[in-house]
Amino acid sequence: MAEPLEEFRDETRAWLEANCPAEMRERVLEEADVCWGGRNVRFKNAAQKLWLERMAARGWTVPTWPKAYGGGGLSADEAKVLAEEMRRIHARPPLSSFGIWMLGPALLKYGNEAQKAEHLPKIARGEIRWCQGYSEPGAGSDLASLKTKAEDKGDHWLVNGSKIWTSYADQADWIFCLVRTEPDASKHEGISFLLFDMASEGVSTSPIKLISGYSPFCQTFFDNVKVPKENLVGERGKGWTIAKYLLTHERSSIGADFGTGGRDTAAQIAKKRVGTRADGALADEGLRVDLARHDIDTLCFALTMERVKDEAKAGQDIGHLSSMLKHVGSELNKSRQELLMSVFGSDGLLWEGDGAHDGDMARAWLRSRANSIEGGTAEVQLGIIAKRVLALPDA
Amino acid sequence: MALVLTDEQAMIREAADGFFASEAPVSELRRLRDAKDATGFSRDLWKKMAEMGFAGVLVPETHGGSGLGLVAANLIQEAAGRNLSLSPFLSTAVLGATVLAGANDEQQAALLPKLAAGDLLLALASDEVSRHAPHLIRTRAEAAGNGFRITGAKTFVLDGHVADRLIVAARTSGEDGDRDGITLFLVDPKAAGVDIKRTSIVDSRNAADIRFDGVQVDGADVIGAVGEGAAILDRVLDAGRTCLAAEMVGVSAQSFSMTVSYLKEREQFGRKIGSFQALQHRAAQLFCEIELAKSATLKAAQALDAGDTDAPLYASLAKAKAGAVARLVTNEGVQMHGGIGMTDEFDIGFYMKRARAAETSFGDLSFHGDRLARMLGY
Ligand SMILES: Cc1cc2nc3c(=O)[nH]c(=O)nc-3n(C[C@H](O)[C@H](O)[C@H](O)COP(=O)(O)OP(=O)(O)OC[C@H]3O[C@@H](n4cnc5c(N)ncnc54)[C@H](O)[C@@H]3O)c2cc1C
Ligand SMILES: Cc1cc2nc3c(=O)[nH]c(=O)nc-3n(C[C@H](O)[C@H](O)[C@H](O)COP(=O)(O)OP(=O)(O)OC[C@H]3O[C@@H](n4cnc5c(N)ncnc54)[C@H](O)[C@@H]3O)c2cc1C
Repeated sequence: MAEPLEEFRDETRAWLEANCPAEMRERVLEEADVCWGGRNVRFKNAAQKLWLERMAARGWTVPTWPKAYGGGGLSADEAKVLAEEMRRIHARPPLSSFGIWMLGPALLKYGNEAQKAEHLPKIARGEIRWCQGYSEPGAGSDLASLKTKAEDKGDHWLVNGSKIWTSYADQADWIFCLVRTEPDASKHEGISFLLFDMASEGVSTSPIKLISGYSPFCQTFFDNVKVPKENLVGERGKGWTIAKYLLTHERSSIGADFGTGGRDTAAQIAKKRVGTRADGALADEGLRVDLARHDIDTLCFALTMERVKDEAKAGQDIGHLSSMLKHVGSELNKSRQELLMSVFGSDGLLWEGDGAHDGDMARAWLRSRANSIEGGTAEVQLGIIAKRVLALPDA
Repeated sequence: MALVLTDEQAMIREAADGFFASEAPVSELRRLRDAKDATGFSRDLWKKMAEMGFAGVLVPETHGGSGLGLVAANLIQEAAGRNLSLSPFLSTAVLGATVLAGANDEQQAALLPKLAAGDLLLALASDEVSRHAPHLIRTRAEAAGNGFRITGAKTFVLDGHVADRLIVAARTSGEDGDRDGITLFLVDPKAAGVDIKRTSIVDSRNAADIRFDGVQVDGADVIGAVGEGAAILDRVLDAGRTCLAAEMVGVSAQSFSMTVSYLKEREQFGRKIGSFQALQHRAAQLFCEIELAKSATLKAAQALDAGDTDAPLYASLAKAKAGAVARLVTNEGVQMHGGIGMTDEFDIGFYMKRARAAETSFGDLSFHGDRLARMLGY
């Protein structure tokens, strides 16, 4: 068992050493350092493009997807090795994408053969950039009360309505969208899962500016948008099942992102900025205690992620744990950003100025506040745990 | 190593659960407490635990034990935690056996088989002050005759009132707080100059205050090398901390499950109180916290079994987290039970008391947070 895996590790290490450009082994500092792909992709530099092409050619943008759909066909163990080896050289992810994190897994499970063959390879190669059309002005936490409707017009669906908080809607090529196909059915039934091109006639977007000063998301409007019949995923009216499945992936990846990663710990950063006493302890005792408590939770969370993965591999049912991971991971990232703001002191408050990264700290802190809102709020996750895991009674 | 139990370990867990639930449930703790039992636990139970292979779980098979390791010991302790079962498992099977792992061949041959058979109780006499400070050893051992003469005082010695042998950490050189210069001794509690005062603590368990007034010990009773006891002591304490963490996971899980059941049955304002969101969300938080403590505890036991260099870090992590979690979960458990949670008749209070005592043993969140920060370099 162990031996082929070690062989795989050696090969992977050698390949990464030879193929990962030096510029792609640097910490991600700004938005342009993240590659989202898509029709209108603008690479920051040649290295970013080369890195995506090389990784995509091996299927390593989506290492565990089947080779037939542009994936790497790796086992969970091999994928873990690949992640470890990438972390070892601080390699950036070659591609960030809602297609990879959310739509892909849902299509693999619920899509038909034609849909998989059409969409998955384009996601894997970063050719099509996707956005998520779930929330509506009147349907946030109460997602199932969404109103955007799709009418059956024989040879196509006719979509009308509006979505909100659609991240990167103005830069995305396609949208995976929840629509109501059976207006008279009960709330959770009658929802369908539809894919369509954002370039379709009748689609428009309007950016929303955030407290961080960025505007990564939009309100999105659909005005008599014609969508081909074959773009419905799964059964008509049964989209809620797919929507929920996708959300568990979104939640796991939001949680996972925050727990660990190759970042410097807040304590390491504090040591550099705040300094230490003669015995090596951080100069600020109160901050040191706060950091230690944060590290305890961070380490426990990383181990819990590992345990949940190992339990899944051992065939245990872990479906109910995604809300826990999402919730704990989000809270941890928020507390990390709060701690870093304390560590940076007044430097953390800088917004605009001459420094190359002025405002980064404050923007990251502000962005982190959304962690317990996006993908389902903290309150919604706790409600899910209370009802599904603990089986507490309804009101 | 995967962070899951092996099939064998899962079987041990089931066996231990069944065993404690039927042989030593909470009602047994209540009975021993009310009877002011002189031993503080059932010797019959301890014999049965020896027959089950529990007493010798850390004793190698060559010395009559089952040699299953700390992950298995954790599972036994976790099950004991769920049932609040009283036994000398921690003092003897975990702390005592781990000390003896650092003993010489003669000592091991003489003591380990008896320990595994349930015929030898051990107690670790290390702490001297009320807040855990493992290297703060003022007890002195001065060379005398062919051995040493020990003078000093120990506090919070678990099962010290019934132990057949005491393991005493005393200073043979250096200053009070030094790591170097600590030596471990096997001491006969009946030796002249040993004064043992049994104390009873909030969780109905026993810890003793022990004075040593010029107690003469033989050179052959030194464990490990003179002046280098801290290396063994640290390992022993980390094993104990990890087992206590496992016990606190058991305490948390069981008191949480009692609380959730109560939320499902108690009615106020014409509905089940478990339908109130104010309680639902707090219950869900407790669920998350218990999961975190579980992961850290399993990791610590695996790391100690494997002899990993970062095992001390994980032991501190587990003890810190499991302690904080057990405190939170049991406090909330009492709160969510309302008035009935405050009654002696109801079991939930026993869990809260045990959680506090276990958290205090061998270092709480502050102690381990500080130790962890040091190990992480800040
Ligand atoms: C950065 C960011 C990116 C996002 N990206 C996308 C995207 O790409 N696509 C998309 O579709 N959506 C996206 N969202 C939307 C996100 O999913 C919603 O914001 C979220 O589901 C909450 O809905 P809401 O904003 O309508 O809040 P509301 O539902 O109005 O909630 C307001 C407050 O009330 C609380 N609340 C609501 N119901 C309950 C309840 N039953 N019990 C207790 N408390 C309750 C909430 O927890 C919250 O604190 C994004 C959001 C953010 C912040
Ligand atoms: C030491 C002590 C002294 C007392 N002295 C007196 C006295 O002298 N005279 C007297 O009459 N009474 C006395 N009481 C009783 C006391 O007033 C009640 O225990 C208290 O009102 C709670 O009621 P309960 O115990 O039935 O708990 P429950 O009402 O059953 O509550 C159980 C749990 O559910 C929670 N809960 C209940 N309803 C809600 C809700 N709507 N939303 C959110 N959470 C909810 C509670 O906060 C609690 O955590 C005493 C109690 C104690 C512990």
